[in-house]
Amino acid sequence: MTAANRPPIRAIRSALTLFSLAVIGFTFAMAGPRAALLMLIGLGFGLVLEGLRFGFTGPWRRMIQARDGRGLLAQFVAIGLCALVAFPLLAAFPDELYGAHAPVGIAMLAAAFVFGATMQIVLGCGSGVLVNAGSGNLMAVLALLGFVVGSFFGTLHLDWWTGLGSLPVHTLQGSFGESAGLWVTLTGLAALAILVARLSRPGQRLPSPRLWLAAILVAALAVLNLVVAGQSWGIVYGLGLWGAKAGQAAGMDVLATAFWSAPDHAERLQQSLLTDVTSLTNIGIIIGAFVAMRWRRDPGPQVPRGSTPGRLGIALSGLILGYSARIAFGCNVGAYFSGIATGSFHGWAWFAAAFAGSALALHARPRVLQWLSLSAAATPGGSIRP
Amino acid sequence: MMSIFHRPGRTATGLLTLALIALLLILDARQSMPINPHAAPSPVALGSGQAPAGAHCTQR
Repeated sequence: MTAANRPPIRAIRSALTLFSLAVIGFTFAMAGPRAALLMLIGLGFGLVLEGLRFGFTGPWRRMIQARDGRGLLAQFVAIGLCALVAFPLLAAFPDELYGAHAPVGIAMLAAAFVFGATMQIVLGCGSGVLVNAGSGNLMAVLALLGFVVGSFFGTLHLDWWTGLGSLPVHTLQGSFGESAGLWVTLTGLAALAILVARLSRPGQRLPSPRLWLAAILVAALAVLNLVVAGQSWGIVYGLGLWGAKAGQAAGMDVLATAFWSAPDHAERLQQSLLTDVTSLTNIGIIIGAFVAMRWRRDPGPQVPRGSTPGRLGIALSGLILGYSARIAFGCNVGAYFSGIATGSFHGWAWFAAAFAGSALALHARPRVLQWLSLSAAATPGGSIRP
Repeated sequence: MMSIFHRPGRTATGLLTLALIALLLILDARQSMPINPHAAPSPVALGSGQAPAGAHCTQR
């Protein structure tokens, strides 16, 4: 389409606004006010993550390879701001709000390591795959399909992996007390921020105003997610549920499996996706990312198609991301962001293991891409998300 | 040799993703129990007096 044939940007933006309102209205009519609010929060996440280019994978890569700590520091700011509000809320309303608390275990640590490594191969994490697919990245759509299948497969083997050895669930609140738990979290984040700033090159130590704004907005949306849903922001459960629904539609007796026969999960499987918290916010993220991408005058170029082995490799990487995120009790959002922001030890352990995996994978990445006959620009985060 | 497959642009790919989501919701509506509007939770969990009924990736 030539520039002269393109519809005016104002008409496109009006259509995008109407579309967003229609999605919220449809969700309200079908599933009630809480579902509509969660869809709205998801839309907000998508708009912020795509519109302000706030990500997780890219900043880790830039810190490791270019000693550019700005994006990583912005992540710590967002997590710290969220913790500042979430800790007192969780303490004041323990029966209505739940944190993202999970056990540290052998398989959990190994899976977080694998997730961290894989996210650097495809340059996409839990939220990144949703955002990139919504914003029109062809390879990310493949990764998303793989992620859905992988997180569903992960539910089928979760008990076996967890049985390899796991500690009880520990939280900083439980170990140090409500107030001290928050201070330990903030001190830990501050210590990491100082370390990152010291390791970063001059001029790459202070987040830009765009990243500050994005960090504040992501933290505010995460708090809203907790207040509205009663639970922290997460992604992987919803994607595993989509896989389970697809398996059921294909004739698989999903309810006969150990994970999905548990009462809470069986209920989710039998109920509409429009009543599932993480499905609602995931769908909202995809729509929000699409709106943010199309809102621009120039949406940008498509990633290269890549070779057939490359495309299969991306789908397989998505599958590994989904599987490992399920075994690790979350991805960069459910475990790293929400886990740390609500006081779970497993959030810190996840970050350490995944960051180590990322560092290792970045050394191997050129060889892996060469093996897949894939250019770096053809990966889901290759040429679109910085 | 020229590829017989056209590489869709970002808008078309984004719309494809949205279409996949719509397909998923249609598939889901066919096999899930109908939503009971009378059983909808209060708009906000905080202050509702109810335990959260949702599921999270940190759950076993």
